Amino acid sequence: MKIVYTDVLVIGGGLAGLRLAIGAKRRGHDALILSLVPAKRSHSKAAQGGMQASLGNVIKGQGDTEDVHFEDTVRGSDWGADQEVVRMFVNTAPKAVRELAAWGVPWSRVRKGDRDVIMNGQKVTITERDEAHGLIAQRDFGGTKKWRTCYAADGTGHSMINTVADQAIADSIPVHERKEALALIHDGSRCYGAVVRDLVSGEVSAYVATATAVCTGGAGRIYRNTTNAVICEGIGHALALETGVSALGNMEAVQFHPTGIFPAGILVTEGCRGDGGLLKDVDGHRFMPDYEPEKKELASRDVVSRRMEEHIKKGKGHKSRFGEHIWLDITQLGEKHIHTNLREVWDICHYFLGVDPVKDMIPVRPAQHYTMGGVRTDPSGQSPTLKGLFSAGEAACWDMHGFNRLGGNSVAETVVAGMIVGETVADYCDSLSNTPTVPIGLVREFVEREQAKLEAFTKGGGTEDASAIKGEMQDLMTAKVGIFRTGKDLEEAVDKLQKLLVRSRRIGLRSPQLGANPELVTAYRVQRMLRIALTVAYGAAVRTESRGAHFREDFPRRNDAEWLKRTLATWKGESDTLPTLAYEPLDVARMELPPGWRGYGAKDYIDHPDTPERQKAVEAIRAQHASDRFAMQKALMPYEHLLPEVLRGRNERIDERF
Amino acid sequence: MADNDSHRKLRIHALRYNPAKAGDTPRIQTYELEEAPGMTLFIALSEIREKQDPSLQFDFVCRAGICGSCGMMINGRPGLACRTVTKDLEADISLAPLPVFELIGDLSVNSGKWMRGMSEKLETWVHAQEKAIDLKRIEEPMDPALAEAVYELDRCIECGCCVASCGTARMRQDFVGAVGLNKIARFRLDPRDKRADADFYELVGDDNGVFGCMSLLACHDVCPKNLPLQTQIAFLRRKMVVQGTQG
Repeated sequence: MKIVYTDVLVIGGGLAGLRLAIGAKRRGHDALILSLVPAKRSHSKAAQGGMQASLGNVIKGQGDTEDVHFEDTVRGSDWGADQEVVRMFVNTAPKAVRELAAWGVPWSRVRKGDRDVIMNGQKVTITERDEAHGLIAQRDFGGTKKWRTCYAADGTGHSMINTVADQAIADSIPVHERKEALALIHDGSRCYGAVVRDLVSGEVSAYVATATAVCTGGAGRIYRNTTNAVICEGIGHALALETGVSALGNMEAVQFHPTGIFPAGILVTEGCRGDGGLLKDVDGHRFMPDYEPEKKELASRDVVSRRMEEHIKKGKGHKSRFGEHIWLDITQLGEKHIHTNLREVWDICHYFLGVDPVKDMIPVRPAQHYTMGGVRTDPSGQSPTLKGLFSAGEAACWDMHGFNRLGGNSVAETVVAGMIVGETVADYCDSLSNTPTVPIGLVREFVEREQAKLEAFTKGGGTEDASAIKGEMQDLMTAKVGIFRTGKDLEEAVDKLQKLLVRSRRIGLRSPQLGANPELVTAYRVQRMLRIALTVAYGAAVRTESRGAHFREDFPRRNDAEWLKRTLATWKGESDTLPTLAYEPLDVARMELPPGWRGYGAKDYIDHPDTPERQKAVEAIRAQHASDRFAMQKALMPYEHLLPEVLRGRNERIDERF
Repeated sequence: MADNDSHRKLRIHALRYNPAKAGDTPRIQTYELEEAPGMTLFIALSEIREKQDPSLQFDFVCRAGICGSCGMMINGRPGLACRTVTKDLEADISLAPLPVFELIGDLSVNSGKWMRGMSEKLETWVHAQEKAIDLKRIEEPMDPALAEAVYELDRCIECGCCVASCGTARMRQDFVGAVGLNKIARFRLDPRDKRADADFYELVGDDNGVFGCMSLLACHDVCPKNLPLQTQIAFLRRKMVVQGTQG
């Protein structure tokens, strides 16, 4: 049995995993990254529009602070987020942008003086301050009160991962490419690493580590229609779930992005709307102001996606041979703007649609985009139930997005979480008491168990087709567990997914070798994906309210009285066909921002009984500290003790000089 | 996406070879399938793998032309398979793996390993003067036009098409390729990188670097991101000549 030893095993080579590994390595611990693909090809690369951080450099961002970013994020989450974690995040995001700037990300910069921008369909001249010249620029994004999204044209994730991956190379961090973790090695209370398969040679080995971090991104591919890369299959989620000990939080919270190009589902950035693009219907009518007079095209993604689908249901979609869609019109932004700030959008439209967005409208329809749920951790990134297991980024649920993530908060989260959890992991490894005594017998048991599972596929004589099962799952998820959900549809989905899971136990291969074999990969992944799909669908079926991206037509109101709580799913037995659900209440009495109306979307919701009292207390504290926002925040909800010491402290701004 | 109800029969001729399989020899295998509207080579190859031949190896990740995984020879020319639309091609399509890179199997090559080696050799990261950054303070300003120019060169997706199309790369195993030279041009332009031309000369001032380029410039023609490789290589060569002769 081949065993590789390291201090920190990072599963996933995207932005979160890379930044986490760099943090641990710089603290003196050997970090090793496993990645399905070369790190720079991870899905982090696909983030186009930008990264939120309250720098407040541009004039339309003036007055922005962590406080505003905090409120936008909590409202965006529909009060599902852990507010302490949101505070940790918004305070670290400016530091993350500035670190990346020093490392080499070519952030777009502010140019002083007048410039024309498109706002609300109109050309407006704004004047940037002299003292902002050359500082990092921000653009407008959905669900935000200020222009806060820092960007490198519309290749933000691309430039970020180029820089961070090269920094990992500079720090001599090995990335074992084309390797896939098949199982976490654990004894029910502590994690010792992972069983790993080489996707080229088929070799199965063990990677043993003091700390293991799941940074594997999202699970979009459980849906047919998704913006996610083909590697985003939720395998990291499944690794944690299959321990039977580690829980997944809020898996029913799935985001649909308003502007996937139709029908391919490839993303065009929210920056299109942030920069002034409009959504139009079959008659060329701009319909979003009819539904959302305040935020229009720039309400949060869950709201815009629902409004688009609602409008299509009213017969206002454009009918094409592939089905109905909405138009995204960015022609008014002009050729120069599109060729400078939206050039990846131009590329995508040109190559995949044969459309020139300078002249023509872009066909779009909402597509699955983001997995808010993930491996449940505490605010430091550690699993509360499996010692030595950590998680960061989209794969994790620490939980800063609640039931809906704001645009620009995902790449921001990857790097911020990488910074924070990297320190947590380093602290953990520093402590001698955490150095495991490796139970080699257990390691061997896990390796042999996984090998036996692989051989069951190649030699077991099964007759079910893995690709066909996967396709049926994806169609079910898109049709029944999508933007609009009903109890009837969800029950049907759960029932059919369970049957698919049972069928998946009889998968056989047409091409039954153990080496490089794409069919074998599909076979073992589809079982894991089905467990994740069931966790999403079952969680959605049980949650009889609407919150953020989880919208129940039969329970259209947010119900804080009964559902202000986080879903925790575990998978108890190998032969189970459903997860076991438990719920973790969110404590209104400790919230800095008690539940209320988001400022967009539905206005009616059912209050939590504790909300009015907390609201009163919050107002009193606010009045008492009206002149000092830092003292006010501290009195409302202290959080700084949760941050690693090196990441604490205020952020300097043009209007808040040190 | 033009409406066209009579679908063509496509014939995809793919090079098959699994170096890990004892006794396997390279051969061309032909797959027939019906063209669908809007079909890309990503869609076509995925369909072949799902319905006809589950053993066919190829690499796709983003399927949106931004990650650089799917570089392959398409009718003899390096390109990104994911954004190649079949309606732009004849019904007979030949596919082969990119040359130069280590073959994993069929259409899949280990360009990741090559790129990591290139990055280590050329140290493709910002070399700052001091390591410690005060993250609480306002960032260093940068000229907006310069930031745009750096971004322009930073758009490289490391797909390997430039290397696969390069005459020098076929002859010199250690040639850094247009991808490597462009990275040096990118960091040379970046004011945050404190390396001087003397440092860059150590990295690319030889036949495995900028002086190995024969100016055939297929790299410039095939680059899926339309990077200005021709001017960057010429400019870098001039600077390195100056450094080599006068530095």
